[in-house]
Parts: sequence; structure tokens; C-alpha cells
Amino acid sequence: MIAARPAVATNRTLLGVVIFIASESIFFLAIVLAYIAYREAGLATAKATLDLGRTAIFSLALFGSSATMVLATRAESGRWLAATFILGAIFLTGQGAEYARLLGSGIGPGSALFGTTFFTLTGLHGLHVLAGLVALGALFTASFRGDRAVRAVAWEAVGMYWHFVDAVWVVVFSVVYLGTLL
Amino acid sequence: MTAIPLWVRRPAGERVGWLRTVDHKEIGVLYIGMGVAFFALGGLEALLLRAQLARPEERFLDPETFNQAFTVHGVTMILLAVVPLLVGFANYLVPLMIGARDVAFPRLNALSFWLSLAGGIVLYFSFLAGGAPDTGWFSYAPLAERAFAPGTGVDYYIVGLAVNGAGTIIGAINLAVTILLMRCPGMAISRVPLFVWMTLITSILILGAYPALTAALVMLLVDRGLGGHFFDPAGGGQAVLWQHLFWFFGHPEVYIMILPAMGMISEVIPVFSRKPIFGYAFVAGSSVAIAFLSFGVWAHHMFAVGLGDTENAIFSATSMLIAIPTGVKIFNWIATMIGGRLRMTTAMLFAVGFIAMFVIGGLSGVSLAVVPIDLAVTDSYYVVAHLHYVLFGGTMLGIFAGAYYWFPKMTGRLLGEVLGRWHFWTAFVGLNLTFLPQHWLGAVGMPRRVFTYAADTGWGPLNLISTIGAAILAIAIAIFLVNVVRSLRSGEIAGDDPWDAFTLEWSTTSPPLPENFATIPAVTGRRPLWDRKHPELRDAR
Repeated sequence: MIAARPAVATNRTLLGVVIFIASESIFFLAIVLAYIAYREAGLATAKATLDLGRTAIFSLALFGSSATMVLATRAESGRWLAATFILGAIFLTGQGAEYARLLGSGIGPGSALFGTTFFTLTGLHGLHVLAGLVALGALFTASFRGDRAVRAVAWEAVGMYWHFVDAVWVVVFSVVYLGTLL
Repeated sequence: MTAIPLWVRRPAGERVGWLRTVDHKEIGVLYIGMGVAFFALGGLEALLLRAQLARPEERFLDPETFNQAFTVHGVTMILLAVVPLLVGFANYLVPLMIGARDVAFPRLNALSFWLSLAGGIVLYFSFLAGGAPDTGWFSYAPLAERAFAPGTGVDYYIVGLAVNGAGTIIGAINLAVTILLMRCPGMAISRVPLFVWMTLITSILILGAYPALTAALVMLLVDRGLGGHFFDPAGGGQAVLWQHLFWFFGHPEVYIMILPAMGMISEVIPVFSRKPIFGYAFVAGSSVAIAFLSFGVWAHHMFAVGLGDTENAIFSATSMLIAIPTGVKIFNWIATMIGGRLRMTTAMLFAVGFIAMFVIGGLSGVSLAVVPIDLAVTDSYYVVAHLHYVLFGGTMLGIFAGAYYWFPKMTGRLLGEVLGRWHFWTAFVGLNLTFLPQHWLGAVGMPRRVFTYAADTGWGPLNLISTIGAAILAIAIAIFLVNVVRSLRSGEIAGDDPWDAFTLEWSTTSPPLPENFATIPAVTGRRPLWDRKHPELRDAR
């Protein structure tokens, strides 16, 4: 039913996205390494203030959104795409709640080293999720018009970016949140 | 005098403005124009610095202006002049060389250029907004923190570099995809011209290095704008983190600036030696080795920081290691010339000049990789001498070689050879007068970035020679600009292939058609145009 999917090895757009993601990985690597370098100094604050349980639940929404994105891409389904969008938005809401709670208790990017590194790392990830939501929204709108050939690439490209944003959160969640268990 | 089209041969009546063009050739010319404009600005800043340093206890510039001038000079030359010049040539030439009609993403290509330019404009706007950055081009923390740099200069530095870097990264994605997926039939990756190889490797270096700079800039912005503590020792941060991130970008940046120039002379030398390049695979392979190693040498900029003997020894070793693949290329170029029928055109003069000057800069670089020597001369004029031999003696001479070689393709007219020779010799004398004495100044202890020095240091005479050299260099650049303007108006008509060259860009018209080729070529070897002109003497592969 579905024609041959565009492949990274031959499709310009997808290869471009892969290279872009590789470059973005270096960017996040630098920020994550900075967080790890300063982890000791902020560990006590992190243990005392981060809400591991609730963030884990919101993280499940983001991890689940990768699954719905796979289903959306495979069937070029607007419905699964909407589900992905909603799960992504739920994750961002959770992050917003965490921010509000921390800021309310006096922890901000300028308060101490923990706040500086935490808000920078999670904030940059959050901005990438937001960019992903914009891309999902654009794809959702475009999925109701346009010709098939163009759309197949767009589905794949947005999907790859979304999985990347998800994968970055696996690292960030492990380092920042699961790291408080060590 | 015939009116011939410039840059692109468009059908009569068809006009596309510079603001909305997405043609890779016109965007290449825009990049080159940006590079020339910022090179002029950076050059004027350098002349101010040299005028101030010509005599001891001079008061031509005040210390604050001096700090701004050397900071903006460095940022300008590296990020706003040299990189755009090299990216501009790559933009113009890569699709032509691989037999493609354009780059992979023409509109993104335009975005790359305009972002790069916007970053430069933001940086220069700082002069109007209360003062340019004055913390040096690598803007070390904690000096660059709000407490010690309270003005807005560093903020413009952050935003300008981040925006410029975004443009450069997008451009690198574009060129990499173009080279990987858009080669014409028969153009295996083992057959692309070496300039294309160097562009591919440079793109990979940009994609690995620039994000580290962006990350560091974001952290500095958080520190300065939101009161963060990344590089603030009083708040528990570590200033050395900035150095690690900056030089993780900064050292590959050196190769980003030299590899494309090496690619240029790897095109020029074979054509004017009437031989194929000696050891094509070694030139390409040694560059891959340089690219890998370049990400493992950054701490040689930090020997004096006190990382520890083990760290210093490791980074000293990797830095010396990188001299090996670099040296390999020197032998490739010399071996290409040996036994060739040399034609000493201006392009060839600059290419040979590149080899000689780059060897000097390379050797002083190896000496700086020796930790005890570095500890003795770090932050002195010895370092200034070294980096200018590489960047002016190497990169800029390479760019001039490329300019004389490809100007006829871009404009349809040859650059004047008589003025070209004047340009070469004044540049050659000027750069050696400017930078050679700085080795001695550094060795006897003159620190870089001081706005003046006492008379009893004895540094006056060598500084005066250096300033005279800078004036001669300015004359050289003026000769070049005059040559360009005159040649654009009345230069000798070039024809499609004025050098009897080897590669595909010379198989199309000068300047090329909007879509480069009437029909997409098919190739069977590394010198497709040679094969076409001499079917009986085709290359074996």
C-alpha cells in the first residue's frame, strides 16, 4: 500500500536532517558535560528539590510520543500525529509545573550553580520540544493538502527530529533526575 | 571592450536581485563580497594596532580603544572575513566541480549567507551601542563576565557569533549533502577534485566544532543575562570550562580556515605544473587524519593554565602528531611540481608562496606544541607571529591563488598579471616584514595585547619594522583591489578554459549559465576535462 519510503542514503532532506541532528548532539553534549562537571556542587539541592516521581510520569508522555510518532509516520496518520502533539504538550506542561515550583521556592538560573545548570540544560531541551511541536503542527496542517511524494519526506524528517528530542530527554532525565538516586 | 555578464550568464532581460537570489554562484559571490568587506575592516583595525605599536610609549590610541581594536580585529578576520571567503569559493565552485546544477538546498543557502552577514552586523553594531567587545577574540572568563566586562560589548559578541555560527552550520549541512548526494554520473567520491574533498572535511569540522562554541556562548549569556554561575568562580563555577569549550571549537576552526585553502592550491599547482596531483589519496586521506586529530589537540592552547603534566603531555603529543599528515601534503605539492612544465602565473606564485610561508607557520606551531617552549612564549608575540604565518602566509595566500585562478570563471575576464605580480611581491615582502620580527619580540618577552611598552625594553626597532611591513601589506591589498576593479571593466576576455585546466568548472561558459551546464556531464576519471580534450591520453582511472 505504501510506496518505498525515502531513505537517508539517497534523500537530500533526510541526510540533511541526520547531519543537523549529529551537530545538535554535540551542542547538547557540551551542555550535559557542563552539568556533570558541576553535579557535585548542586547534588544536595537537586536531591532536596527535584520531583523525580512526577517528572518520571511526564517523561513517560514524551517517551510514549515517540511510539505514536512511529505509528503516525508509518500510516501518514493525522490522528496519531495529533496524539504525538498532545503527549509532547503534556510533557512541556509538566516541565512548566516543575519550573514554577522551583522558582517559587527561590531556585532560579541565578540562585546557585544547580539552578544555573538545571535551567540551562532542561530549558534548552524544552525549547527543542517546543520547536518540535511547531514542526508537528505544521505537518498536521500540511497533511490535509499537498502531494504525497513531498509529504513522505516531511513525515520522516519531522519524525527523526522528534525522536532526537526524545532521545536527548533520555540522557537529560538520567543525568539530572535519576542522578539524584546515586 | 565587450560587455559580458558577471558571476552568472543569465538570459537577456532576466534579472534576479541580490536580495532574493538562491543561485549558488551568486550566493558564493555575496559571501566573497562579505569576506572582502570585513577583511578591509579587520585590516584597518590591524593598521590602527600597528600604528599604536610603532614606537614605545605612543599615545595614538588609548588602552580601551586598543583592546576593542584587537578583539574585533581577531573576530572579524577569523569569522567574518576568512570563513566567508572560503565558504564563498566553496559555494561557487563545488556544484560546478561535481557536475551539479546547484547545491542541495538553494533557499537554505541564501539563509546561511544572510545569517552569517547578520551576525557580523550585530557585532559591529556594538561600536554604536556603547563600545565594542574588548575581551580578546577568545573572550576568556571570568574577564567576559558581567562583573569585569560591564558594558554591552560582550553581549553583542555573544549574539553576533551565535547568529553567524548558525549560518555557518546550516551552510556546512548544505555543502556536505551536496557533495554526498549530488555528484554527476561517474563522479565517484574518489574522483572529486581535492577542493571538494577539503570542503567536505571542512563541513564536517564545522558541524563538530561550531556547536561547542554555541553552547559556550549560551552559557556565557546565561551568566551575563540571568546571573548564572557557569564561569563564575565566586559562585562555584570554573572559568576553565569556557577555555575547554572555546578551544574545542577554536582548534578545529584553525583547520576550517586552512584546509579549503590547501584545497585551492591543490587545484592550482597541478594545472600550472601540467601534471595530475601527486598522491591524490594521500592529500585527501591526510586531511581526514587532520580532521580527526584536530578534535584532540585543543588543550595545547591551555598549557599555561595548569591542567597537569599528564594532560599537557598528551595534548603535546597529539599536537605534534597532527604535523605528520600536514607535512605529507607539503611533499605532495612539491612532488607535483617536480618534473612538471611549470607556468609561473600569479596564481601559481601565490600557491608556491603558500607552501613556503605555511612551512614557517607550521614549524613555529610544532615548537609551540613543546610544553616548555610554550610556557616560555605563551601569550607573547611569538604566538602572534605563528598564527599570522599560518593565517596570512597560508590561508590568505591560498585565497589569493584561488582568486587569480577562478576570477576568469566567475567574471569572464582574467585578472591582470602585471598588477598581479606587484600584488604578490608586495604581499610577500609585507607579510614577512610584519610577522617575522614578531618571533624575536615574543622570544625576548613582549606580551601580546599590551597597548604600549617602555622605551628601555629595546622593542622599538623591531616593532617599527613590523609596522612598516603592515603598511606594505596594506599597499598590496590596495593593488589587488585596483586590479580587481580594472579587470572587471577591461580585463582580457578569458574564454571558457583560459588555463587549459582539468576539472569540470572549466567545461562550462565563463561565467556559467544559471544551471551551470547545458547537459549534466558524465565523467570517467579525476580530470574529466583533460580526458575530454585528450581522449588519447585519458587518465587510467
